[in-house]
Amino acid sequence: MLAYITKIKEISDRLLKEQKVDLIIGFRKGTIPMMNEPCFAKTASDVKNLVWDSNCGINLANYLTNRKEKIGVIAKGCDARNIVTHILENKISREQLVIIGVPCKGMIDRRKVSAASGCEVAEVLEKPDGIVVKGPGVEKTIKKVDVLQDNCAICIHRNPVISDEMVADPVEEQKGVDRYEDVRRVEAMSPEEKWKYFEELLSPCIRCYACRNACPLCYCPTCFVDESKPQWVGKTLDPIDTRTFHFLRAYHCAGRCTDCGSCVRACPMGIDVRAFTKKLEKDALEFFGWEAGMSLNERPTLDTFKPDDPDHLIK
Amino acid sequence: MKVIKIDKKHWAGGIEKSRSAYRLFGPVMVENKDFSDFEELNAGEMPDMTATDTRTSPKSICFPPEEVMMEYSTDETRDDCNLMRVPVKDYSPRAVIGIRPYDAAAYLIVKKNFDTPEYRDPYWCDAYAACTFIGLAVNEPSRLDFSTSTNSGPFDESGLDVLLVDMGGHYFAKVITEKGAAYLKAAGWEEAAGDGAEQQIEELKVKAERMIQTTISFDRIKEKSIMELHGADFWDDAAFACINCGTCTYVCPTCWCFDIQDETKGKSGVRIKAWDSCMYPLFTIHTTGHNPRETKVHRVRQRFMHKLKYYMDKYEDGIMCVGCGRCVRSCPVNIDIRRVCQSMNG
Repeated sequence: MLAYITKIKEISDRLLKEQKVDLIIGFRKGTIPMMNEPCFAKTASDVKNLVWDSNCGINLANYLTNRKEKIGVIAKGCDARNIVTHILENKISREQLVIIGVPCKGMIDRRKVSAASGCEVAEVLEKPDGIVVKGPGVEKTIKKVDVLQDNCAICIHRNPVISDEMVADPVEEQKGVDRYEDVRRVEAMSPEEKWKYFEELLSPCIRCYACRNACPLCYCPTCFVDESKPQWVGKTLDPIDTRTFHFLRAYHCAGRCTDCGSCVRACPMGIDVRAFTKKLEKDALEFFGWEAGMSLNERPTLDTFKPDDPDHLIK
Repeated sequence: MKVIKIDKKHWAGGIEKSRSAYRLFGPVMVENKDFSDFEELNAGEMPDMTATDTRTSPKSICFPPEEVMMEYSTDETRDDCNLMRVPVKDYSPRAVIGIRPYDAAAYLIVKKNFDTPEYRDPYWCDAYAACTFIGLAVNEPSRLDFSTSTNSGPFDESGLDVLLVDMGGHYFAKVITEKGAAYLKAAGWEEAAGDGAEQQIEELKVKAERMIQTTISFDRIKEKSIMELHGADFWDDAAFACINCGTCTYVCPTCWCFDIQDETKGKSGVRIKAWDSCMYPLFTIHTTGHNPRETKVHRVRQRFMHKLKYYMDKYEDGIMCVGCGRCVRSCPVNIDIRRVCQSMNG
């Protein structure tokens, strides 16, 4: 994965020089360990600052919404699926984009790395044999597979489904992954247990909306929680309002979520926001055989009606 | 200045003893999480004095995420129908144990907004007056601590009533105000530390300040005009990554903005003061639908201009930031106030 950046820069330089695009959307090196910052590059000197490593977990499809320029966008597997969704939902047109595809072996979870290192992390280096973490008096090599984001660990679409240029040959997809072990665990709970589980899950929420705003699906001009005429949801940390926000947001993502993990990555309070969206993602797959963002040629399952759609969920 | 020695054997007993006169607040680990936050301590619960920076700041002790300001009834059979009543509030003494020196200094910044010669927010001011701040010096500053360059620091006494310094087997408690002395007395900690304590504290302070690895400079921002900074060409670049969530403002110890909401259920209701954020479009949208801060670039610029320019010009007392590093640590997309400050100062 580390060799990708040379190719990314080469492609970006060429696209800008040939005026195929007005800007490249990618990442530059962050100011703290394990954080890269989404950025745009318009000049050759901007391109020099682009980086690619296992800290590029932010979904860049989120930065395409309603843009008017010609854009070169760097896309790993999940970004590409969200770009497809964006195109199908008319948030950007295919003609505006040059998609620079990046085969991905997963992004690292900075919280897992911090926990594994047991110290305040000063520096993280990615080496072919693992992640080297340095802190005061500590230097440790951790296996990347042990600190992957939860969604990356069970990802089965690591290669971009759509691209104009690829920075490398496809990587091998993970086989035999049980994607829904955690969802089944919640499904098996009694109503009381479920209630308690979700109540505890949401108790640290501060309503900062980082999960919503990091999500490429959440592009409504005015989110329902921000409506003031009428105001649907209260502004405080009242558990009913907090639940209403999370439950409704999840349902708005039904059949659209690609499990990119941006919501979890963004949450400052460490809430596993995917606990909501994954159930809906599982239902979309089991009821409709649908995985979001896999093809430009098929309308999203909840956009269309088919006579043989399952109706057992209507009671 | 007086210094008291508190043997750690007497720590828990003293905290317990002080409960009879104070409500206690302190850092506690959040259940099932790897971070702590400031909360009111339940009976028997101790402040976690080993906690690193709490995830959100202790500003919530006087400025909670939501607070009932008034109550009302819309029941027309009542004499006080549609009249606002101030609810009964508990402003009995509070002791805030283990607050970081720069977080206490942040209270002095917030005070400039809530307690002015013209306007006084009674909720904040009364809560603040009830507080005794028993701070804990930061012997080993985090990598994101830049408090020495914001006119504060890991041993800053300006916002504190007592400065505790962890000496291993004991604390030194430097008494800064009468309020602080009263708390120590209530806890039964009265052993004088003896000669040399102040010297030892000073040495640790110098050591801690030397450990700080990151600084900001804002010396040139003062000379620049508002319009020059407002129209600068770096804002598009600085704001690009921002997703306009409220994380930075909610974790910040100096962000003071709030919304006022009426919530009515049946025939009774409450008027609430709730945290708000300049990152949200709703923060500024007018009833006409016009929004003077329509795009995220406007909103990001506003946040940094307020903290690093408008505040500086209005109060002539540095910047509206104590350098705790929380926003840098928590921002989902790595917007870094140090980097923005550098651009503004450049």
